Amino acid sequence: MSVSFKRSIADVFRIQVVSNSDVRSPIITLGSTSFFHVRINNLYVVAVTKNNANAALVFEFCYRFINIAKSYFGKIDEESVKNNFVLIYELIDEINDFGYPQNSEIDTLKSYITTESVVSSAIAAEESSKITTQATGATSWRRSDVKYKKNEAFVDVVETVNLSMSAKGTVLRADVDGHIQMRAYLSGTPECKFGLNDKLVIDKTGERGIGDAVELDDCRFHQCVRLNDFDATRTISFIPPDGEFELMRYRSTSNVKLPLRVIPTVNEIGTSQVQYTVTVKANFNNKLSATNVVLRIPTPLNTTTVDCKVATGKAKYVPAENVVVWK
Amino acid sequence: MIDCNDRNPLIRALAIRTMSYIPIPVVTDTLTEPLRHCLKDRDPYVRKTAAICVVKLYTADPRRAEKGGFVEMLRDLMLDSNATVVANAVAALSEIGDRHDGVIFKLNLATANKLLTALGESSEWGQIYILDSLLRYVPERHADAELMAERIVVQLQHANSAVVLTTIKALLYLMNYMENRRLIDYCCKKMGPPLVTLLSSGPEVQYVALRNILLIIQRRPAVLKNDVKVFFCKYNDPIYVKLAKLEIMYRLARAENANEVLAELQEYASEVDVDFVRKAVRSIGRLAIKVELAADNCIQALLSLMETKVSYVVQEAVIVIKDIFRRYPGKYEGIIPTLCENLDLLDEPESKAAMIWILGQFSDRIDNADELLDDLLYTFLDESVEVQLALLTAAVKLFIYKSKSDTTKELVHKVLKWATEDVDNPDLRDRGFMYWRMLAVNPTVAGEIVLAEKPAITTDSDRMDRGALDQLLLHTGTLGSIYHKNPETFIRNAAGKALTDSPALNPHSRAALVSLPRPQLPPAAINVSGPGPSEPRTRETDTDVTPATTSAPPAPPSASAPKDADTTNSDHDDGDDDEPPHGADPYSNLDGAFGNYLQDEPRPMAAGKQGQRNGDLDDLLF
Repeated sequence: MSVSFKRSIADVFRIQVVSNSDVRSPIITLGSTSFFHVRINNLYVVAVTKNNANAALVFEFCYRFINIAKSYFGKIDEESVKNNFVLIYELIDEINDFGYPQNSEIDTLKSYITTESVVSSAIAAEESSKITTQATGATSWRRSDVKYKKNEAFVDVVETVNLSMSAKGTVLRADVDGHIQMRAYLSGTPECKFGLNDKLVIDKTGERGIGDAVELDDCRFHQCVRLNDFDATRTISFIPPDGEFELMRYRSTSNVKLPLRVIPTVNEIGTSQVQYTVTVKANFNNKLSATNVVLRIPTPLNTTTVDCKVATGKAKYVPAENVVVWK
Repeated sequence: MIDCNDRNPLIRALAIRTMSYIPIPVVTDTLTEPLRHCLKDRDPYVRKTAAICVVKLYTADPRRAEKGGFVEMLRDLMLDSNATVVANAVAALSEIGDRHDGVIFKLNLATANKLLTALGESSEWGQIYILDSLLRYVPERHADAELMAERIVVQLQHANSAVVLTTIKALLYLMNYMENRRLIDYCCKKMGPPLVTLLSSGPEVQYVALRNILLIIQRRPAVLKNDVKVFFCKYNDPIYVKLAKLEIMYRLARAENANEVLAELQEYASEVDVDFVRKAVRSIGRLAIKVELAADNCIQALLSLMETKVSYVVQEAVIVIKDIFRRYPGKYEGIIPTLCENLDLLDEPESKAAMIWILGQFSDRIDNADELLDDLLYTFLDESVEVQLALLTAAVKLFIYKSKSDTTKELVHKVLKWATEDVDNPDLRDRGFMYWRMLAVNPTVAGEIVLAEKPAITTDSDRMDRGALDQLLLHTGTLGSIYHKNPETFIRNAAGKALTDSPALNPHSRAALVSLPRPQLPPAAINVSGPGPSEPRTRETDTDVTPATTSAPPAPPSASAPKDADTTNSDHDDGDDDEPPHGADPYSNLDGAFGNYLQDEPRPMAAGKQGQRNGDLDDLLF
């Protein structure tokens, strides 16, 4: 993430990473130059530094850049990069100054980095001082002049259950990664509060919580949330950015009720054949139903053919990903 | 130039930003005046841009920037009313302070508190710069450090992982200056969950987090003590994440969770990636050495792994079994026959040497030891030095055990002759002469020396030296923490960091304090000279490959000295409560967690070795 290198630096990266089939680290240091890379859709987002850079910051910035690019031109792949070359330069110039990430809030950026031509300077001067105060202000993620006829906000809770089970079928670990996704279409700069249920226990104090309490191991918030308020009163208060954002992310390991139970059995038949029998059982009330259930069963790398027999649904072998997919 | 006075603040900012990117004297000359104005511009956007411009100017021409009074102006900007401006000013000063020829950047209590006020209002990136700069504040009283830690601890809940890691860095730093045990424990407890949560970020951030966790749990074992399960590998983790997790799993293993860990490790040993499998097998062996209760199960696991007859698995197993024999003398020798069956599979020097050591050490129990050794000796002159040394020692041991037999007599004579006459390596020749004279002068005494009781192997040595660890933790989240190296050792122009002494520094940290060389020293790779071994030892591919084959190796007294100092007061050491007691074991510093098996360790590559195209890399970059 630093200044003017000679062109050949790109060659070095190409030799070391792009044409190297066995890259074993996202960070490579040659001499005193380090390359950080994140790969996405066959593109590499690379940051180069000669300092002892903050690696977490660099990667977070790469992720953020990918997000911004996605929101500007839909997807990020070779074609979109080629089509938006100038815009990308302009963006990078704005979100990063001399290796220091600056304002990276999409909403604010969109107010002054556009694909449209620049308007004449008379009105622009006033307009831009508004922009600059916003870009540097305490709520850099929100324009103050947003107006909606109808004020509404949507909250979605998305949970991912991670489970690892031993070969014998005992659960080794199960945890829930959840995040609260919010879409806010509100006028002005509204102050929002989000209350948490009493059943929610965030600090584990040693003794187990009462009955069916949901214990969160950890939670982290979008930068708009006032962390001090949360620490003191357990309320989540914030001024939301306009549009969609991830308000909160949490993790829980206790009382994880698995929605589905998967019972796999593996039979090795001789040295050249393996048989998987996978049974899935629903663990929830029969009034509910699950939709979009997909099973992905990894296969050995040297698989030649797969013969699928299913009771319901469809199963297909996808050689490119080395999996059998059941829908 | 005209744009610098434009009415539009965006354009003013853009003008100085663009100009300052051009590091030629003419431009920097003309830039000086407008930059000075912009630093006092009424628009915060221009001020924050100007702050960064000062660093660019400084990089181009440090002396001019100092003469122009820009550093002082930056200092004033730190007290600006706008948080973004403050953050950028701090970032700029930090970069200048990090240069070895830069000014020294330190914070006093008042400024540090001002910065903390700005913390709440600044953007996530700004928070990182501010938190980072807290390391430049040296608390004079315990209470100051404690108060500050309380104020920043909430930042652990931030969504940006860099903010989280930087907060942890600041907390770890402040803890060195704290007295209140309860608060220290509280901070440790608070740190665990966010660290675990980092593992649900992208793989690259996970990797950064894992490498840092490895350091943190060595310094503050209380953190993540009970969380070994979260480090179990997922089947689709990238290989670098898996390898990093493996090491953490080993470190967190204790008697209570050893069986779980072992079961996982056994799974990994049947994976496809060779490096990963090797490291898994090695971890099983190390686990046996670390946790006595699990040793039986580990041995069973290793034996069943050897049945696979996969060459690299067997070799790794042999290497660790050698150490297990030394850790638990007289307990597992029953498995020697199994080992001997696999002799043919060994083709790497390290495993060969390990097997030969076993052969020699237990040649009284192996009936056909002389035959086996004779077979191995067949290629003596073609072997690597490591193996040759092992063979020599083993032959001598065999002779001492079975001095009656003619074959052994012949054998040892043959080896000694080779070692002293046909080999160029001075080590080997010296050792050959030494044995020869000992045997010639008094075989009985020679026997006592060669077969002297060996100190048992422990795993305390896996811990990094406290001083080095404290120093590395100042770099939490940065490149240095990934490589577990101090940045000045691999980055040109980087200044070293060390804890600074103050009345509030707690005595244990002070005991391990590492002093820094003055920055005037040559800018080449600077090695910190200090009381402790300054290099993190585990990283070294040093010469301790065959400590076990030497019968009476000289124990370096200095190596264990800093450890002893640590032991005596480990009882009331902050946070290091479960530090295992370690005696004055001269070997404890010789055998790292994974021996010299470091192929997979991340490390910076030296320019010039990376093939023909990069030979001139350093020149090409500057």
